[in-house]
Amino acid sequence: MFLINCPYCGERDQSEFSAGGEAHIVRPKQPTELSDNQWAEFLFMRKNIKGVQFERWNHAHGCRKWFNMARDTSNDKIHAVYKMGEKPPIK
Amino acid sequence: MSKNLRTTNNKFIDQTSRISFKFDGNTLYGFKGDTLASALLANNIHLVGRSFKYHRPRGIMACGSEEPNAIVQVGNDPSMTEPNTRATEIELYEGLEASSQNCWPSVNFDVGAVNNFFSPLIPAAFYYKTFMWPANFWKLYEYFIRKSAGLGKSPTEPDKDIYDHRYLHCDVLIVGGGISGIIAAKTAAKNNLNTVLIDDKNILGGTTLFQENECFKINNSYSNKWLKNEIESLKSLKNLTIKTRTSLAAYHSYNYLLARENLNEHLDINEKRDKIRQRLWKIRAKKVIISTGAMERPLIFNNNDRPGIMLSSSIKKYIDYYGVKCGQKISLFTNNDTAYETAISLNNSGVTVNSVIDIRDKTNSLIVNQAEELGIKVHWKSSVVNTNGYKKIKSIEVMKLSDDGTAVVGKKIKEECDCLGISGGWTPRVHLFTQSGGKLKFRNEDNVFIPDQSDLDQISIGSCNGDFELDEVIKNSVNLTNKFLKVNNNDYENLEIISSKEIDKKNIWLLPSDKPLRKTKQFLDFQNDSTANDVKLALREGFKSIEHVKRYTTTGMATDQGKLSNMHALGIIAETAGVKMGELGTTTFRPPYTPLTFGAIVGRNVGEFFDITRKTPMHDWHVENKAEFENVGQWKRAWYYPVNNENMYEAVQRESKAARDSAGILDASTLGKIDIQGTDASEFLNRVYTNAWSKLEIGKCRYGLMLNEDGMVYDDGVTTRLSENHYLMTTTTGGAANVLSKLEDYLQTEWPELDVYLTSVTDHYGTISICGPNSKKILSKVIPDLDLSDKEFPHMSFKNALIDNIKCRVMRISFTGEHSYEINIQSSYAKSAWEKCFEAGKEFNITPYGTETMHLLRAEKGFIIAGQDTDGTMTPIDLQMDWIISKKKYDFIGKRSLYRSDTIRDDRKQLVGLLTDDPKEILEEGAQIVAETNKHPIEMLGHVTSSYFSPNLNKSIALAVVKNGKKLKGQKLYVPMKNKTINVTITETVFLDKENKRLNA
Repeated sequence: MFLINCPYCGERDQSEFSAGGEAHIVRPKQPTELSDNQWAEFLFMRKNIKGVQFERWNHAHGCRKWFNMARDTSNDKIHAVYKMGEKPPIK
Repeated sequence: MSKNLRTTNNKFIDQTSRISFKFDGNTLYGFKGDTLASALLANNIHLVGRSFKYHRPRGIMACGSEEPNAIVQVGNDPSMTEPNTRATEIELYEGLEASSQNCWPSVNFDVGAVNNFFSPLIPAAFYYKTFMWPANFWKLYEYFIRKSAGLGKSPTEPDKDIYDHRYLHCDVLIVGGGISGIIAAKTAAKNNLNTVLIDDKNILGGTTLFQENECFKINNSYSNKWLKNEIESLKSLKNLTIKTRTSLAAYHSYNYLLARENLNEHLDINEKRDKIRQRLWKIRAKKVIISTGAMERPLIFNNNDRPGIMLSSSIKKYIDYYGVKCGQKISLFTNNDTAYETAISLNNSGVTVNSVIDIRDKTNSLIVNQAEELGIKVHWKSSVVNTNGYKKIKSIEVMKLSDDGTAVVGKKIKEECDCLGISGGWTPRVHLFTQSGGKLKFRNEDNVFIPDQSDLDQISIGSCNGDFELDEVIKNSVNLTNKFLKVNNNDYENLEIISSKEIDKKNIWLLPSDKPLRKTKQFLDFQNDSTANDVKLALREGFKSIEHVKRYTTTGMATDQGKLSNMHALGIIAETAGVKMGELGTTTFRPPYTPLTFGAIVGRNVGEFFDITRKTPMHDWHVENKAEFENVGQWKRAWYYPVNNENMYEAVQRESKAARDSAGILDASTLGKIDIQGTDASEFLNRVYTNAWSKLEIGKCRYGLMLNEDGMVYDDGVTTRLSENHYLMTTTTGGAANVLSKLEDYLQTEWPELDVYLTSVTDHYGTISICGPNSKKILSKVIPDLDLSDKEFPHMSFKNALIDNIKCRVMRISFTGEHSYEINIQSSYAKSAWEKCFEAGKEFNITPYGTETMHLLRAEKGFIIAGQDTDGTMTPIDLQMDWIISKKKYDFIGKRSLYRSDTIRDDRKQLVGLLTDDPKEILEEGAQIVAETNKHPIEMLGHVTSSYFSPNLNKSIALAVVKNGKKLKGQKLYVPMKNKTINVTITETVFLDKENKRLNA
């Protein structure tokens, strides 16, 4: 059970949050101009890596805000938590 | 009670308070402070159970959580009996009733023991190998295997005990109150850290508590005296919380730990009542110190499982702590120094120690010399090759070991004994460390896995960290704790410690015998009956990974999770396969460390607290009017209102007919309601719904379909434009929370530039739906000053109104195809408004209807229910709802997916209507639809999604999804059922009032 430092509320138990998959996948502005393959790339393709992964999280049972998190999937260490629209503070 | 098995000078047992208990129906006596195991041993009862596979007699072996044999059934109340509890961990209480498991008719005469004679025929994986063929015999095999499988009996009635959950936050959590844990607790608490110390026993101190030996002294007093003073000094520490009888179950990431505290288990049976039995602590600790100690290993030799064969350190605890002699003539068999401490303790208490059999050549440590000076005989460089005695050990056979230790040589000596202590060295309890994700390293000199790296803020100290000598335990615990907590506690500087040091070490995983291996029984896992021979067989059959060998032989898979057996299994595998133990790794230790009760896991969340139930403001009215309820998500919804013993079918037929003939009233309060405001609200709706919203006039309503980005229908509902920048969206009952969270997601992450605010108002309003040809007349009685003419208040529009001076919103919308109104009114007034409507409708026979009738009525009109007629694989086109997709809009959620190669396929499953050839025949929802009945395998074209008998059409109707269904209108198909095949015809989805005349009736 992680302790997550919500950028709006501070440190809270993981049970207050829900995970929302890979971060930094921007919805195409002009979907109609994309080929099936390009659209599928946005729609289906997600990374599942061992190591630092950038993820979306929602403080569902708190402030209901979405934010981003850099988490190492091998040991669940959270390296950074940052607001939507911000650049990842680490690589 | 056999008096001669108790010593009289014991400090930990209160020999003045006698406790009576029952074991296998016999009334026995023990003392306050006993465990069930110590009380049984004091009554000279060793035989407590039968082994799992061969039903061999088994006795108490240990004194703690690692006990493999003494697992008993406690209590015989069908609601509270508990199987598989360890007798070594049950504190004795007045009225305790326990019985042995896995034996029939009794532990002394067990029919299943016949397996033991056939044991050569039951090798590892016998069941996998034998019951494979012929395949269709499995049903027969299963019957017999199920009968013989399993330990103990589960309770058959709901648990009457009370369980509890609580949170705990601390700076430092120390797990294990032995000498290291006590040093750490004092250090932490003295330095202003909020400290919690837990221990699974009823008293702190670990094994040092009863270590009273010249060879172990601190500042010139016995180690136990010194420790007692230390424990005493903890009392004055304000920052320290001590929890005894609390066992750590799980250690998760981010120092989140679960511990189970036993609160009433040690109380007399009539004091337990109405008290909380167990509490599960959910602990978040900034720092964790693990000081869980070590457990003694057994030795693996022929017939090492007889009752009376026990771990040597346990024999010591029984004599020094409980004052119980495990035998009168005890032999000890060891590969290390600890058995000599046991020998000296026994000798001091007047128990005859026959001899110590030591596999080492000779050693001269303090403790060994002390034992020899007391006249205790030692057989050096020897091994026990066999034991005798069926239900209790009677004698052992000893032979000399060859120089390389692989064989036994010379003459066999037989030694009579009534108890044999075995000691194969020590295994650090690293379970919690590995549970938390820590990595182990292997130390070759004494064959132990010790903690290495961890990502968490934690350390292991004492013998769980691989320190086994008293002086090192103290020195290293002090240093590690100071460093870890960044403090400098000088309480333990300049201690004078005398500690016997083990000089010579020797280990043989599988001890040799004078007989060939296959003729001997050398048990590794006592509870699951797997032997060294089984492990070797698995390796011969090609299993290499430790995880595979474990599963094939079931070694380490019993309720004790291999606490005693794992190291030997690893050792034998490594030796046989010729690899280094460190390279082999270990099997994974998973939580819980010891079994948890289901009660502790669920805590208070039982019965009505199991899940939240949501009730509408009119709920009490439904109850008074005898409604049956159905669960929709967490909501309790009125399902139907039976009158005069009607069954559901009859009630629904009556309600459906009444709603179309005159008037019906439905509680629709559970529909999700989202208040949408902001200057970009219209644009937002444009993006989330498939149809266009910009031109919706103020005061008008529109039906919308919401897709996922993959083009599949997600939810639907009617949204009303209340004012220029203000909408009220309704969603399905079950989808409300998910829709809100999905909309929030898009607003916050994809379209943060939109000025839109979402508020869930589901619970703020009660919703009353009145439908039917007389609905207008009824509403005009309830709200007389509202103009209900079609011109002023047409279908799909809304008006603000007052009922008894209370503001409400009235929408003229319909889910039944009838002329219909929905009144949204503040929840607290909803029940009285409902009653007013009902009263006004009485002259029109207004009939309350539930969800089942609502489903029937909408099916007559072919309206879908998202989640019933759709299942996450249906596009609007599949639903034949092409009309709802805006052609003009550039984009909306899911638009691009509607023309992916997969979504434009012709042969997708599409929503159609179905009529049965026999109009009385009602299809079953979920039934498969086929084109041919003779061909095998039959191609499944689709399935029935909704099916009812329509009283208004006087025939059965159904909705279904069928491959390429749009083009199959008029086609005859079949629905094969168990006993018959039903002929059906594909039709349109709308069965009633295709021209929508009734909406304005």
